[in-house]
Amino acid sequence: MSRLASDHTFSPIIFEQGQEGRGSRYVESGGAPTGFLPPEALRADLPLPDNTELDVVRHFTRLSARTFGIDLGFYPLGSCTMKYNPRVNDAMAELPALRDLHPWTPDDLAQGALQIMWELERSLCSLFGMAAFSLNPSAGAHAELTALLIAKKYFKDRGETRRGTVIVPDTAHGTNPASAAMCGFKVLSLRSDARGRVSVDALKNVLGADTAVCMMTNPNTLGLFEDHIHEISRAVHEAGGLMYYDGANANALMGNARPGDMGFDLMHLNLHKTFTIPHGGGGAGHGPVGVAAHLVEYLPIPYVRARAKAGADPSAAPSDRMEFRLDFDLPHSVGPVRSFWSNFAHAVRALAYIYANGAEGLAAVSQLAVLNANYLRVRVRDFLDTPYDEICRHEFVASAQALKRETGVKALDIAKALLDRGFMAPTIYFPLIVAEALMIEPTETESKETLDEFVAALREIVSLAKSDPGTILAAPERTVVGRLDETRAARQPDLRWYPHAETPANPN
Amino acid sequence: MAQPENLLYSKEHEWVKIDGDIATVGITEYAQSSLGDIVYVELPKTGAHVVQFGNIGVVESVKAVSDLFTPVGGEVVEVNTELDGDPALVNREPFAGGWMLKVRLSDASETARLLSPSAYEQLIAEEAH
Repeated sequence: MSRLASDHTFSPIIFEQGQEGRGSRYVESGGAPTGFLPPEALRADLPLPDNTELDVVRHFTRLSARTFGIDLGFYPLGSCTMKYNPRVNDAMAELPALRDLHPWTPDDLAQGALQIMWELERSLCSLFGMAAFSLNPSAGAHAELTALLIAKKYFKDRGETRRGTVIVPDTAHGTNPASAAMCGFKVLSLRSDARGRVSVDALKNVLGADTAVCMMTNPNTLGLFEDHIHEISRAVHEAGGLMYYDGANANALMGNARPGDMGFDLMHLNLHKTFTIPHGGGGAGHGPVGVAAHLVEYLPIPYVRARAKAGADPSAAPSDRMEFRLDFDLPHSVGPVRSFWSNFAHAVRALAYIYANGAEGLAAVSQLAVLNANYLRVRVRDFLDTPYDEICRHEFVASAQALKRETGVKALDIAKALLDRGFMAPTIYFPLIVAEALMIEPTETESKETLDEFVAALREIVSLAKSDPGTILAAPERTVVGRLDETRAARQPDLRWYPHAETPANPN
Repeated sequence: MAQPENLLYSKEHEWVKIDGDIATVGITEYAQSSLGDIVYVELPKTGAHVVQFGNIGVVESVKAVSDLFTPVGGEVVEVNTELDGDPALVNREPFAGGWMLKVRLSDASETARLLSPSAYEQLIAEEAH
């Protein structure tokens, strides 16, 4: 144990620990069910690790102590909204009546779960000004694809099949053009103006009979509010196109401004970001898609419907006066977009968060997120450039371009040095329009003390870059694996364990 | 920074060296510096026909994947296979060992649409503002 715990670079994987016959076997040999699979699909052996339960517990506890997450420290990863995830959300999602519900439970035996989905949908409609939401998509990019499929079908039904172009500002998230290309659209990138916003004139120049959708994030990835949004929406609508709102930055808006009021026809939310669901490291997301009234019939199936019970007292609680069902019969629907109905446990978490805060609380959440970002911005600009320097929303972008010219220390090196100081790095090299970008999103759940500690660490790094750049270029030194060769890490990742007999000479 | 004098340049930050009817193409010091650590270079096949300013491949760095354009059109007669195993050569020697392809020019007059060293230097000075 001490050998493993004290050595920061060495930890055998679970296959390399234990030995045959050591483990606790819960399935007796020969006791497994047979006949499920044809004989040709069965394997002769399955070399599983053979460890004691204690070894397994220690192994995974040790691994968990080597990772970094919001529960361990500040995580200012821009556009990712890494805020605290209240434990009460998990407690609600873990309630056995919800946790143990099978997705094929008939509607009349799952009324509570359907009501949760319906109330979440109604809450999101009210908060963001949409007519309906589909809770089905599993994450942001999945939601973008779903929304673009809706747009495509909408235009097809109207006979407007020439609308094949999706307009994406250069401040958009990278998933926007990727989703559009995946959906078969041509992508047109729109250069932002000197203020870091979409230029209405430049937009009007590219709008036309081929325009399908304009995908925007507001506030955009510079953390700036698109203050001409009404003109932009009007121009796109006059050209016959649809407006799509990427909800990755919705933590700046809740209860203060609504995409529906800005003229957006389609939108998605990342519940895992804005509505406090543990994420990062590939954890399950949840990306509901919202639509304006003219697109409701295009939503994926199933869609949760509510109706009044016959003869019910209209003043009774929803559970007494209404009944809920999954509707699979939307004539214009784009169809199912995933197995089963949604990441339901996340719907529970999101609704718990909404009800714990209420409308006013959620508005305050966004205001605090904006306040924290602006506090960091004016402190960081003492020692790093902040292009587009004005009141920002939930995040801002600093640039290490001048520092790089002066000292050779790049945004990447600053990011690495922050890891040594106990902070997750900000998003770097995004958005692409800022050279040597550091995109910082503190969120509302961090205290002033934490923000001050982060500023002090960043200031020290910039100061060291000028006096002793070698120390920053060598960072990180206190992390589990130290500084990686970026090229080799990207080209020759060593990610898979092979039983020694199968080890390929060169995995590539 | 001064740009090598014996080369012509494109607005997309490629350089081209003309030697008879053969043009050698690569990306500039400014381009490699902006891209950061390059991890992959995808080039056309030998024998392919490319058109001036057309998209001929991608350069992938740890930051982003960027399109690669050719400053001249013609037939690709050779590609730098060393970049397969060592794409960082573009970072270390953008104007030398990091060259990307050689093209047999289809129309020598195309070079009139390229930038001189001084014009290119002015372009990057404006971009860097």
